[in-house]
Amino acid sequence: MFGKLTIEALPLYSAIAASGALITVGGAFVVFVVVTWLKAWKYLWTEWLTSVDHKRIGVMYIVLALIMLMRGFVDAIMMRAQQAMALDAGGYLPPEHFDQIFSSHGTIMIFFMAMPFMTGLMNIAVPLQIGTRDVAFPFLNSLSLWLSAAGAALVMVSLVIGKFSTAGWTGYPPYSGIEYNPGVGVDYWIWALLISGFGSTLTGINFVVTILKRRAPGMGLMRMTPFTWTALCTSVLMAFAFPGLTVACGLLALDRLLGMHFFTNGQGGNMMNYPNLFWIWGHPEVYILILPAFGVFSEVVSTFSKKRLFGYESLVYATAAIAILSFTVWLHHFFTMGSSANVNAFFGVTTMIIAVPTGVKVFNWLLTMYRGRITFHPSMLWTVGFIVTFVIGGMTGVLLAMPPADFLMHNTTFLVAHFHNMIIPGMLFGYLAGYMYWFPKAFGFKMNEPWGVAAFWFWTIGFYLAFMPLYVLGFMGMPRRMEQYNDPTWQPWLLAAAGGAVLILIGIACLVIQLAVSIRDRRKAADVTGDPYDGRTLEWATSSPPPPYNFAVLPEVRDREPLVDMKERGVVYQRPRAYEDIEMPKNSAVGIVLGGLAFVLGFGVVWHIWWLVIVCGLAMWVTLALRASDDDSEFVLSAAEVERIEDARYRALGNQVGSRP
Amino acid sequence: MNANVTAVPSHHQPEGSDAHDQRALGFWLYLMGDAVIFGLLFMTYGIMVGNTAGGPSGKALFSLNNAALETALLLVSSTTFGFASLASRAGNRPAVLSWLLLTFVLGAGFIFLEIREFLGMIAAGAGPDRSGFLSAFFTLVGTHGTHVSVGLVWILIMSGQVFLKGLSLPVTSRLFRLGLFWHFLDIAWVGIFSVVYLPGLL
Repeated sequence: MFGKLTIEALPLYSAIAASGALITVGGAFVVFVVVTWLKAWKYLWTEWLTSVDHKRIGVMYIVLALIMLMRGFVDAIMMRAQQAMALDAGGYLPPEHFDQIFSSHGTIMIFFMAMPFMTGLMNIAVPLQIGTRDVAFPFLNSLSLWLSAAGAALVMVSLVIGKFSTAGWTGYPPYSGIEYNPGVGVDYWIWALLISGFGSTLTGINFVVTILKRRAPGMGLMRMTPFTWTALCTSVLMAFAFPGLTVACGLLALDRLLGMHFFTNGQGGNMMNYPNLFWIWGHPEVYILILPAFGVFSEVVSTFSKKRLFGYESLVYATAAIAILSFTVWLHHFFTMGSSANVNAFFGVTTMIIAVPTGVKVFNWLLTMYRGRITFHPSMLWTVGFIVTFVIGGMTGVLLAMPPADFLMHNTTFLVAHFHNMIIPGMLFGYLAGYMYWFPKAFGFKMNEPWGVAAFWFWTIGFYLAFMPLYVLGFMGMPRRMEQYNDPTWQPWLLAAAGGAVLILIGIACLVIQLAVSIRDRRKAADVTGDPYDGRTLEWATSSPPPPYNFAVLPEVRDREPLVDMKERGVVYQRPRAYEDIEMPKNSAVGIVLGGLAFVLGFGVVWHIWWLVIVCGLAMWVTLALRASDDDSEFVLSAAEVERIEDARYRALGNQVGSRP
Repeated sequence: MNANVTAVPSHHQPEGSDAHDQRALGFWLYLMGDAVIFGLLFMTYGIMVGNTAGGPSGKALFSLNNAALETALLLVSSTTFGFASLASRAGNRPAVLSWLLLTFVLGAGFIFLEIREFLGMIAAGAGPDRSGFLSAFFTLVGTHGTHVSVGLVWILIMSGQVFLKGLSLPVTSRLFRLGLFWHFLDIAWVGIFSVVYLPGLL
């Protein structure tokens, strides 16, 4: 009846695991109680959970990302604490638990923090920047969100029922195979990735079509904002790289469930095929995550330097070049696997080449700031912090791109330091910059700046303190993922790294306080203009938060910076003479229902509860067939209603417009 | 709000053929992603074809007659689907339904032959858990077969829509994408025939 699921699955094997489970269940319970107490279920369901509005979907993605950031960070600080005290087996975590923690840290941060954060920012900004009313496939957008949430929920459930994978976030066989890992952990990992990965593929398709087909009249490709360009390249990569992850995880699942021999030791398995399949997805994934952050930096640096972006064309070409080159470097993740010297040399060279377009961008940003009128908004601080820190990470990457050097540093903490040095400033700083930059657009009030500045400094100093020692430890020969060690010369560095993690913890606390303070002061910080930074691009031409249809009349674009152009021509804030009816997509519960079914299906497969899998599979088919036969998924917002919404906005604008230049 | 914005004509809005164009492009992108999946499975088959681990190889297992018959069924079904598309363009509802039905029968025949082949191999002790080669074979061919089965269900759904709703714009638009899917599976099968069955037997 319950497959492999028994009472043994509860995490009573250690007090720390049990308290983790308790916090998870307790957190869910508190949310449930609060929503019930506020009587907000109906509001939540009709206005948010079933919404197909890209702005709301974007906000929900970012909420998911911030929650998972907390979870992933708890894992991180637990690891740092363990390693700080683990000299001669002195730590507080048993190996089995420590291995779960580094596996879930990587999995969560990449798939359920970075991916949703990036997708959320794209959802909020791209349709507004290209002057359209919604994405090409609003329902698919909602489905993608709920598939991501289903994957994240599977990872969270593994805290409470059963264990998570101990095979690292990359899950290399044969260790992740059924022979060495007969438990449910790897299955949780596989199905969380398969389900959320499918959602990401759909997101990629959705945004390629949106950007290629739905731009406002007059917006040629070379008039798109840099963020939209990076979103386009990222979406192309998502559509074509994620199938690689599906294959890698799918074949591993077949090995585990049906006893196949893709990656086993014996019976003709070829375990070296797995790293190839995984990184054919995995390296483009690095750029999937980092390109949109580059886009955010480009927007921020131009807005807060009050200048056109320097070298727009070169930045666009650099972005496209990175997108293409990202498919040609995957083997550098396993130089030590034993390919021939020529193969390693080829991938070493392509890896170094990809640093060139990235370098181009650094000069784009620097020269945009040069002689600009710079405002140090927190978003700008993240950008400057990124440029400085990221260049260091880039240089260590070029070191690792040389196969002979990689042979020495492979699998050491030098590598850990390197990729965190790319990911934290390159992605997270970019997402946080975007979060603080577009927050007023999404909610209609500005974020508190002092707490944002504090968060920036704690994060940045904490980052250096946490990861620079890992470079040193890598040179000293410390392998990554060690639960204990007996070399006393390592410990001072690990203590310093733990101190860095504490500073980052304070940085996260600052982020939470910033959000709370901003919500408290929302009336004082309200922005009725929709354009709090004297912006340059179309998202600032509409109100904040934008109406469901974004633009009552689609803007006509005559310049790469349409809003600057409109301001110069003095046509901003002019009420159009007439409005027309607007067709809008209806909200749909199908996305969240399918996401829920996918979650239960994944849970059923993990625990071998086959009747549940069949029931969920059939239910998903029926739901999809019904949705696919529904011709009534839109409604018409009448011109009168549009006029009512717009007039309210112009009234609110009333006394502000005159005072603006 | 800005307003140089002379009102944009409503045919710029996503209805009618614009929506169809967007969905067609989206579906093409999906198919290309699917092609990546097939490409990686082909690659995996290519590196595992010799890994028989002492078990049977393709020469002992494959039947040229069966593979040729499967090929014939699937290729003819692509043709019949083409006639369904032509009939849909001509607005001939009964013809669309008959051609779809014929396509379904041919596709179901293909699936029947494939399942028979699979069951025969498993009964002979050459199941997917026998060797790396057989894992790769069953997964590549089975993934194609799963796609065809999904296509069959989709044909039934679309036949129902054509029957109940007629050849309305949304229905013909969906029929168009089903056509892309069905022809794509043909191309994938030609790859399987040329990479799996022919070299395995010759």
